[in-house]
Amino acid sequence: MNKDEYQKLVKKYEPKENKFQNVIYAFLIGGLVGFIAEGIIVLLMNFFDLSRLDAGAWTCLIIIFTASLFTALGFFDNWMTKSKAGLLIPTTGFAHSVTSSALDYKKEGLITGLGSNFFKLAGSVILYGILSAFILVIVRVIIGG
Amino acid sequence: MTFIWAFLIAGTFCAIGQMILDNTKLTPGHVTSLFTVLGSILAFFGIYDKLIDLAGGGATSIISNFGYMLYTAALEGYENMGILGVFSEMLTKSSTAIVGSIIFAAIFALIFKPKD
Repeated sequence: MNKDEYQKLVKKYEPKENKFQNVIYAFLIGGLVGFIAEGIIVLLMNFFDLSRLDAGAWTCLIIIFTASLFTALGFFDNWMTKSKAGLLIPTTGFAHSVTSSALDYKKEGLITGLGSNFFKLAGSVILYGILSAFILVIVRVIIGG
Repeated sequence: MTFIWAFLIAGTFCAIGQMILDNTKLTPGHVTSLFTVLGSILAFFGIYDKLIDLAGGGATSIISNFGYMLYTAALEGYENMGILGVFSEMLTKSSTAIVGSIIFAAIFALIFKPKD
């Protein structure tokens, strides 16, 4: 068997990753999260007489609470893998990363384990979020006067 | 109508994220950071405000909203008290998300045992 034939054979048995299907999955699940979030906002506005801004903040908390709880209960990891980016891009991804790193490193101690690894994954979101916002505000101030 | 836009906009952001994950070597960590920065860039150009008006919860439930909140809060801080305001008020709006995830993650990590 020469090299070309071997490559063909390898390609034949390689697990095919269906990129199109992944994107559709991410779209549908991400869309569903957005849809549910809007639903919770409308419910809170109607039942508790909240302003849209307050209802949005409560909804954010509810989403984070749910994602953290599901992660701690153990089945959210599975959902994250199955839903592709559908649960990663919403705030659920942030909450999941904080809770899972807190859980994983708890056994190494409260300070050296849980404490110092708490923001292991979410740290870059906070760092680059703050950095980019700071630079853009400075640019805006210089341009806009 | 907001519900349809909420679905479409949140879905589109996730689909773009998935395309980046599938076609480049970037990890989920890269993608979430990228989308946060994208949120503050969209806020800079005034686009994110329109997305929130259009899609409501669809735009506020994704990670880009974090970048948007940081940018708008810092800008309001500058308008209130100058350059010191950028430092002292940048986190005011996103405090809910940050403190929320810290408190819930800490409580649940202490109560539950990790499963593998």
